[in-house]
Amino acid sequence: MLTIVIFLPLAAATLLALRGLGGRRAIWVWIAATAVDLILVAAMWLGYRGGIGHETRLRWIPSAGAGYHVGVDGMSLPLIAMTALLFLLCAVYSLRGTERPRSYAALFLFLQTVSIGVFAALDLLLFFVFFDLSIVGMYFVIVGWGHGDRARSALTFFLYTFLGSLVLLLGFIGLFLGAEPHTFDLTDLAANPPFSGSPGSAAPVLIAIFVGFAVKTPVVPLHTWLPPAHTDAPAAGSAVLAGVLLKMGTYGLARIALPTLPVAWQRYAWVIIAIGVVSLLYGALVALAQENLKRLIAYTSVNHMGYIVLALGAAGLVAGDVRARELAVTGAVTQMVGHGLVTGALFLLTGVFWDRARAYELNRFGGIAANAPILTALTAVAAFASLGLPGFSGFIAEFQILAGVIGAGAVVAGALAVLGILITAALFLRVLRKVFLGGPGELTGRVTEVRPAELAAVAPLLALSLIIGIAPRWLLDLIDPVAAALVALVSR
Amino acid sequence: MNEDPSALLPELLMLGGAVIGLLTGAFTRRDRQRAVAWICGTALTGAAVATAFAAVRPDTMAFEAYAVDPLTNVTRVTVAVATLLVVVLAAGWARGNRREAEVYVLLLLAALGAVVLAGAGDLLVFAAAYLVASIPAYALAGFAEDGRGTEAALKYYLMGAFLGVIMLAGVTLLYGLKGTTSYMSLAGAPGAAAGCGILLLLAGVLFKAGAVPGHFWVPDVTEGAPPVVAAFVTTVPKIGALAGLLRLATEMFDGADAGWRPLVALIAVATMTLGNLAAFHQDNVRRLLAYSTISQAGYLLIPVAVTGQTGLARPALLFYLAAYAVTNLGAFAVVVAVGRDSLAGYAGLARRAPGLALALVVCLLGLVGTPPTAVFAGKLLVFAAAVDGGYAWLAVVAVLNTVASVFYYLRWIVPAFRPGEPPAPAPVATRVACLAATASLLLGVAAALMLTRG
Repeated sequence: MLTIVIFLPLAAATLLALRGLGGRRAIWVWIAATAVDLILVAAMWLGYRGGIGHETRLRWIPSAGAGYHVGVDGMSLPLIAMTALLFLLCAVYSLRGTERPRSYAALFLFLQTVSIGVFAALDLLLFFVFFDLSIVGMYFVIVGWGHGDRARSALTFFLYTFLGSLVLLLGFIGLFLGAEPHTFDLTDLAANPPFSGSPGSAAPVLIAIFVGFAVKTPVVPLHTWLPPAHTDAPAAGSAVLAGVLLKMGTYGLARIALPTLPVAWQRYAWVIIAIGVVSLLYGALVALAQENLKRLIAYTSVNHMGYIVLALGAAGLVAGDVRARELAVTGAVTQMVGHGLVTGALFLLTGVFWDRARAYELNRFGGIAANAPILTALTAVAAFASLGLPGFSGFIAEFQILAGVIGAGAVVAGALAVLGILITAALFLRVLRKVFLGGPGELTGRVTEVRPAELAAVAPLLALSLIIGIAPRWLLDLIDPVAAALVALVSR
Repeated sequence: MNEDPSALLPELLMLGGAVIGLLTGAFTRRDRQRAVAWICGTALTGAAVATAFAAVRPDTMAFEAYAVDPLTNVTRVTVAVATLLVVVLAAGWARGNRREAEVYVLLLLAALGAVVLAGAGDLLVFAAAYLVASIPAYALAGFAEDGRGTEAALKYYLMGAFLGVIMLAGVTLLYGLKGTTSYMSLAGAPGAAAGCGILLLLAGVLFKAGAVPGHFWVPDVTEGAPPVVAAFVTTVPKIGALAGLLRLATEMFDGADAGWRPLVALIAVATMTLGNLAAFHQDNVRRLLAYSTISQAGYLLIPVAVTGQTGLARPALLFYLAAYAVTNLGAFAVVVAVGRDSLAGYAGLARRAPGLALALVVCLLGLVGTPPTAVFAGKLLVFAAAVDGGYAWLAVVAVLNTVASVFYYLRWIVPAFRPGEPPAPAPVATRVACLAATASLLLGVAAALMLTRG
């Protein structure tokens, strides 16, 4: 079943590539494929009974201990569901029209297979295959359908993240060679961590893996590829990049680095916490200074991902309270899901601005609330959700992270992180004031109301964020056991 | 002592195919010389099949000078399949040429030389194989009889003769030291003289592999010679030379002074870095591919540097060689199919021939080492071998070079998706390109089969 969920979009992409379907029909095939995939994910969720569910394990390179091993648990299932939903809504969003729709749809379907594959993989090589292909897919999205200086941004994105992924590959090779017997299988590696005899050699491997994922996350100072890539990508591409691809970095840290290198993770927990705090403060401060709406949202992603790195770092504080550390990890996973929904919505909304006015500069807009009340309402809700207002997913996640981090003993880091939330609030209020309130700007006249396709794409994301914010139990009950298991693994 | 000629059946089949092909070509009308292509193709297929049977038998040393083991067997198959692809490509290009038959025969002879380079267990056999692999290639490089082809052939020949003489000097020196030319008996030859002999020997090998400092011929030949010949000389001799070098290193160098390891590692670094840097601003796709093959030779030298220190070295080299051969031939097949040399000439390819454009993307990203193509599995093994063999820094350098290489491969991919009007692609070459791209993907997925045998 999980294999079908992973490869169904790819099969649909092949179908699109082979059959000469017209533009509009291609989009409908895309929507149908993603909708079926989402239904299958929902069925998987309902059929999930704890532990590793829907597991498939086939041998591929037996001598290297590598295989086709996929499965879901409380951490990957919500992310897979979020991915499937976001891709469906990107397809709906593209109903409003796009250039060369057939190849666009095929490329996004390919990206969907790759993204779900990353979250489902339980084998390092399989994980890497999907991880690396996500870069290739996103490169073509940016270079083919982006705007502005897209060739340059796409190349920066490719080279930067590709370097990160190869450093990651070196780390994986290190894990492989450090394990006895040599294996790439993640469950085996987690059950029997490598380098148990020689903790000294675990440090370079952790550095390689951390740097590899940090580029993707991204973490300051390895974030410089992100603003240009986001700014020049098409709206749906940005939504997928921020909503799904960035999660691969933090997911990889939680899924691979934490359980396989527990001793090294404990030793460097404070370094990771510091990196997380710097990242979230720097991201927030730089976002505050942005005049370009899309760059601003891109930097808030750096900020939001910083909380996750902070929480995962706090999970390694063995001296701290176990319950608090579990709380932090639960918050981190919730943040991954919530950020995917809210930032996806925000980027799709910036696409509306580009579509109408071909500009992102804040000071060229103003008073939009008068011509486009629904657009204003959607953006306001998304902005409040993003800054962590109670009632939205961001609040649940950030509250758990802060409570967990402070509870685990990192009081100063927690206090600084609160400061980050404050700055985010300020910057979103500044955006709302400049763009939607006040007198009209030079481009305000061009911004018309959202179209039905745009509304249908954005509203479900915000609604889901609201549901998680008000009634989070169904999600947290799924995440809690795996957070506890993760903390137990890292405490060895 | 094993003196059973059937152990050499694949080599004999290739030799027999070349001889029969030559005779048939001499007595056949010009418009029927296509028959020679079929003869050569059959001989290559036969050699590959015979190897499959040989692979299940135990390892042996034929005539005390020729090893029949997995290293030889994998080289036999890889060379046979790669040459077969080139013969198919050449059949489209050489059709109607008055010396059509000679093309196939020369390809087959050069391929035979490449196989023997890998199997040789004696320096004299190695030197003979060097000549068999080189001389037909010189003739092929100048085959078009135009100014650039002649220049390419002359450069190729002079470089090959010069480095070949240096290599022979090395053989002489080693023979003088121990009174033998067998690898096994030469193992552990002590002292500076032996080190000097090894150094001289490397000159010839690096020429065939197209690695620094024997790489100067590569761009000129690739640009000047007909594209099919360029595809051949940058692929098949490299397979033989690197497999042969691995055998030399494993069986002969290993006992000697340990200084050769850092030397090979440094050559690897120089080769991959120089190849990549020089490829950066090429606007001619053939020169770009030429420098790319140089950088690939650099990655391929990594397992040689760590052989004997890790069990991964041999599977890594062999798998990478097979993957490289298929992928590189695919990229050249695209060049043959489109028939344009400038990067700008590929504009509009995606619209005109989507299949061919996809093959180009797969092959070029394959050369980068993007999963799930075959070169990814090869690179993975090479990196693992380097880390396991104590040369982690070499893996880091290779990673940096890989990232740098993305830049120039993308410079070729991007124009293919821009609007433009390329000529109609040649049908045979298009099929070869698609076949090679598919094979590159399948080989990546089916890595298991190769590895369990290696």
